[in-house]
Amino acid sequence: MNGVRFAGGGVVIPHFHKPSACLLHNGWFCADWLRQHWGDTLQPDLIQHIKLTLLAVGIGFAISFVLALIGLRFRLLDLPLGAFSDFLYTIPSLALFVLLIPLTGLTVTTIEVALVSYTLFVLYRNIVAGLRAVPADVLEAARGMGLTRTETFLRVELPLSAPAILAGLRVATVSTISIATVGALFIAYGLGQPIYDALQQPDIFRTELVAGGGLAILLALTADALLALVQRAVTPWTRAR
Amino acid sequence: MRTEAAELVFDEATKVYPGREGAAVHELSLTVPAGEICVLVGPSGGGKTTALKLVNRLIPLTSGYIRIDGKAIGDYNITELRRSIGYVIQQVGLFPHYTVEGNIGVVPRLYGESRSWIKARSAELLDLVGLDPSYAKRFPAQLSGGERQRVGLARALAANPPLMLMDEPFGAIDPIVRTRLQDEFLRLQGELRKTVVFVTHDIDEAIKIGDRIAILREGGKLAQYDTPMQILDHPVDEFVADFVGRDRALKALALQKLGDLKLGEGVRDGLPRLPAETSLRDALSFLLAERQEAAVVTGENGKPLGVVTREDLLR
Amino acid sequence: MIVSSLVIDAFRFIGDNGSLLLSETGQLAKLAFASLAISLAIALPVGLWLGHKHRGLFLALGASTLGRALPSIALIGLGIAVLGVGFWNVSVALVVLGVPPILTNAYLAVDGVDRDAVEAARGIGLTETQILTRVELPLGLPLILAGIRISAVFVVATATIAAVAGLGGTLGDVIVNQASYGEAGVFAAALCVSAVALGTAGLLGLMQAAAFRRMTPRT
Repeated sequence: MNGVRFAGGGVVIPHFHKPSACLLHNGWFCADWLRQHWGDTLQPDLIQHIKLTLLAVGIGFAISFVLALIGLRFRLLDLPLGAFSDFLYTIPSLALFVLLIPLTGLTVTTIEVALVSYTLFVLYRNIVAGLRAVPADVLEAARGMGLTRTETFLRVELPLSAPAILAGLRVATVSTISIATVGALFIAYGLGQPIYDALQQPDIFRTELVAGGGLAILLALTADALLALVQRAVTPWTRAR
Repeated sequence: MRTEAAELVFDEATKVYPGREGAAVHELSLTVPAGEICVLVGPSGGGKTTALKLVNRLIPLTSGYIRIDGKAIGDYNITELRRSIGYVIQQVGLFPHYTVEGNIGVVPRLYGESRSWIKARSAELLDLVGLDPSYAKRFPAQLSGGERQRVGLARALAANPPLMLMDEPFGAIDPIVRTRLQDEFLRLQGELRKTVVFVTHDIDEAIKIGDRIAILREGGKLAQYDTPMQILDHPVDEFVADFVGRDRALKALALQKLGDLKLGEGVRDGLPRLPAETSLRDALSFLLAERQEAAVVTGENGKPLGVVTREDLLR
Repeated sequence: MIVSSLVIDAFRFIGDNGSLLLSETGQLAKLAFASLAISLAIALPVGLWLGHKHRGLFLALGASTLGRALPSIALIGLGIAVLGVGFWNVSVALVVLGVPPILTNAYLAVDGVDRDAVEAARGIGLTETQILTRVELPLGLPLILAGIRISAVFVVATATIAAVAGLGGTLGDVIVNQASYGEAGVFAAALCVSAVALGTAGLLGLMQAAAFRRMTPRT
């Protein structure tokens, strides 16, 4: 059968061990299950999820950056480009996955394309806003001092818009990590898998749900904190008062 | 420090903005001798800022020539031209993400100067513009308006340019600090002897700063180009007389010092004493306020040089 | 072309199953709007008041990051695991996702209103409530509406996922049930969901644009 299917499937509760009391009562946090399945389920899913996110944010950033430069260079295009990224963002993720499947099939590419298209909204807006907010007097001084266009861009405009760009990257990364879980509904990949597996069990397998969801949240918050540290490190002047 | 300066010549320099009627700068011809300060002054719409920006080609010439040391600006590589001209603007335009030292080092870095060279140069320039060396590591956001403009000046001086363009550099600074900055700028110029083009809308600042003043009228036409004293004493027409103001005689008095006058005889004890550096304007004000007819002018160590009377001041 | 024939089939499906899709779309809209209304009722007053007091920046920003980080599907699963399946049970999960963007934007909108305007209002004797409703609210309106718009997009998108997790009667159950409805049916349902989302976002976008236009003086 080709087409839409559920991720995972099958019974996850191991039969070859005597189930613990916690598992029998469908507990929220059964340490024995987590220990047993960290290696064969959770860790590989987490690594897949990280790969998925890095690729989506990386590609999204590259596309947004080029689009932002186009939008800044040709003012007329800024409005349609902004509206387009806005439009992509408003398509519900579930629907977008379905709409993409006829084009890209049941592959990880489908998830990537959807995730990339969601990052454009935040990244495009933030890059444009950041570059546009560089004060006119600073640009005039740069020109008057004999900085070339490239020098002005690399030494003045880009660093000055770094706070806005990094803020956008933080939002995009956190959102991507969260939205990527939805993709596992169609394509078994990433931290969405344990979550769906859990939902598939009669009565919902609580420990796996908490493990998958918890890891996704933890990953998002860790990524956010790391990017916040980067932001702090590369923009010391924003704290000078 | 090297004290090199360039001669700047405007030769029928004209700027017409496309789609706008009339010229912004109309056939401007004047020569700024090397090492002198030329102040461009006039009402808004006089094209003074446009004239300034023609020099570093921030605005392209429509016709005519501008020459630096005999070479037309169009014959310079535009980047080289700008890097060799110090540029100071009213809003300063410091780079917010660079420290004071980083800002001063922008052009030297592009020239490939070493870190240590820039550090030393920045310390030297901070001292020159009257800022403590501890300012080197501060960011622009941590400076007052006056301090920022000092750093702006230091940054413009960093590559030791033979020509400086200053567009209302003290325009956004409160009057007390502005006076101090003007005084320090003049002291600095006494040491450096750069060629300076200085734009202002304030005639008093022009008179104080300029070796020569170019008064531009609407449509970018040069009304008069002369020394401050000549402009105050002999305005060429109604427009210039109007622009320098009804109190131009008093302004002229302010430019001269008691020591410049031929002093009379008759030093005696009852008369008040005034040092030779006192301006004629202050001296007159003093005599009027004290209801005195004359005063003794004193030189170094209070040595009497002669007597000045109200009549002498008003001549 | 397979794709174009799929699109044609999808529209045929919409024609043939109009009443099913209509009722499911209606149910989806009801779930989304009810959740959005509850989110508004909770987040707007809190955000506005905190912004007015210029207090709780950490809460406002933390809420937005946490709100983004919560995987919607896990949250709905959690809601179902704790409360069971049901309209209002699912809307609890939707509200948890709907609150943060509204709260954060309301806070930032009011917090960012020109302090001089607020001081002038206080100077001419407006009460704190009057300052909030007559000065800060209108001035911050575009940003507030932007937050509501993002929240609406979140809630509509997540409402479809709710169906996947067990709540029947919304379009999501069609989307994940290719066995019964075929590719065309799945595609058609996805189109309907997108229509609801885009319609809601578009409506709020127009309001936002109108608010912006009112803020900017015409020359």
